[in-house]
Amino acid sequence: MENSELGAVEVHGTTRSAFLLRGALAAGAVLGAGAVSPFVRDALAQDDGGDGAILNFALTLEYLEATFYERALRKGKGLSPDTRALALELHENERAHVDALRTAIKGIGGTPAAAPQVGFGMAFTSEASFLKLAQSLEDTGVSAYNGAAPSLRSAELLGAAGGIVQVEARHASLIRLQGGLLPTPDAFDKALGRDEAAAAVKPFMR
Amino acid sequence: MPATSRKQFLRTLGATSAAGALLTACGRAGDKRPAAPPAAKSMSGDDVAILNFALTLEYVESDFYDAVVRSGVVKDRTVLELAKRFGETERLHVGALSFAVVGMGGKPAARPKTTFDDVLAGGPRKVLDTAAMVENLGAAAYLGQATRLRDKDLLARALSIHTVEARHAAALNSLAGKGFRGALPDGAFAKPLAMDAALKAVKPFIAKD
Repeated sequence: MENSELGAVEVHGTTRSAFLLRGALAAGAVLGAGAVSPFVRDALAQDDGGDGAILNFALTLEYLEATFYERALRKGKGLSPDTRALALELHENERAHVDALRTAIKGIGGTPAAAPQVGFGMAFTSEASFLKLAQSLEDTGVSAYNGAAPSLRSAELLGAAGGIVQVEARHASLIRLQGGLLPTPDAFDKALGRDEAAAAVKPFMR
Repeated sequence: MPATSRKQFLRTLGATSAAGALLTACGRAGDKRPAAPPAAKSMSGDDVAILNFALTLEYVESDFYDAVVRSGVVKDRTVLELAKRFGETERLHVGALSFAVVGMGGKPAARPKTTFDDVLAGGPRKVLDTAAMVENLGAAAYLGQATRLRDKDLLARALSIHTVEARHAAALNSLAGKGFRGALPDGAFAKPLAMDAALKAVKPFIAKD
């Protein structure tokens, strides 16, 4: 970084893409403009699907889960006291995840996604239908985080996402046990790509 | 170092320094260039050490469930069925991790000689509490290493095991009568455990020669 003009550019408070662009321009000063363009293009494309986008996708899933439990507690029919207690616990956790993700997104200069409009059909008509959809949402959540986490570039955010996905896995296990299912569907949890995870929750988006 | 982790390495540098941008640009210009950065070898060495650490924990878990099932100490059918199922799962984790170590050009850690006599002598209650303890520490140990793995493919594989350990832990916490809140000991955000702390915690189960 010998170029004094580039070296004087303020890093703090600039967006990540601006920072990457600056690095690329510094490289260009050495290699010539021809060597720069692919890097600039890739860097900006990465920023498009970067940490902020991953966290916002996770946030959308957490909103979905939080609203699901909130509605189950408000209007779920036939829930046993035990199942209600579990739903209450999980609802609190999902709310905490929503808050944490919103804070993290703002922390990296992003804008948190708005809560989506969601609907859950007949899920709240019985304990069995509640547990069935809860299991599906929690298992999907685990796989969505597992699929997305390796793409996070910030080690700090990866650690935070890991701390959340472990809790999602615990939720999935408890919901499964409550419904009389094996807590582990497989020896290795599946990883879902973002498109697959988005498709899995699409039926609940209004 | 596999191509993916090398790319990641370059990308990480690219995000943090202009020198990294330069390296990345060079990497793109001559993509097949074999010269890896000098640090590459020790980084994949770190990954092998992490995998072998996880493998050691999986050996302990796998041996534990074997010992529990063989002992006949547990009579509760749900707990016994889960012990069998979880034991099979841990064996698959042992296989996957050994395979991954070999894939990285490393040597899989030797199976430690384990002993669970004290736990088994303590009866079904002690067995269940110990199983829950071991799975909770396993989940926390994987979480502790997730941010340290350099290779993204290995990270993805480790995560797919991490959440299964978490499922085991929550189920066993719940069966051990800790309640739903006790099944989520760290609340909404699970805490990581460092390698040395995890190894210390399983030391009572490693037999002295």
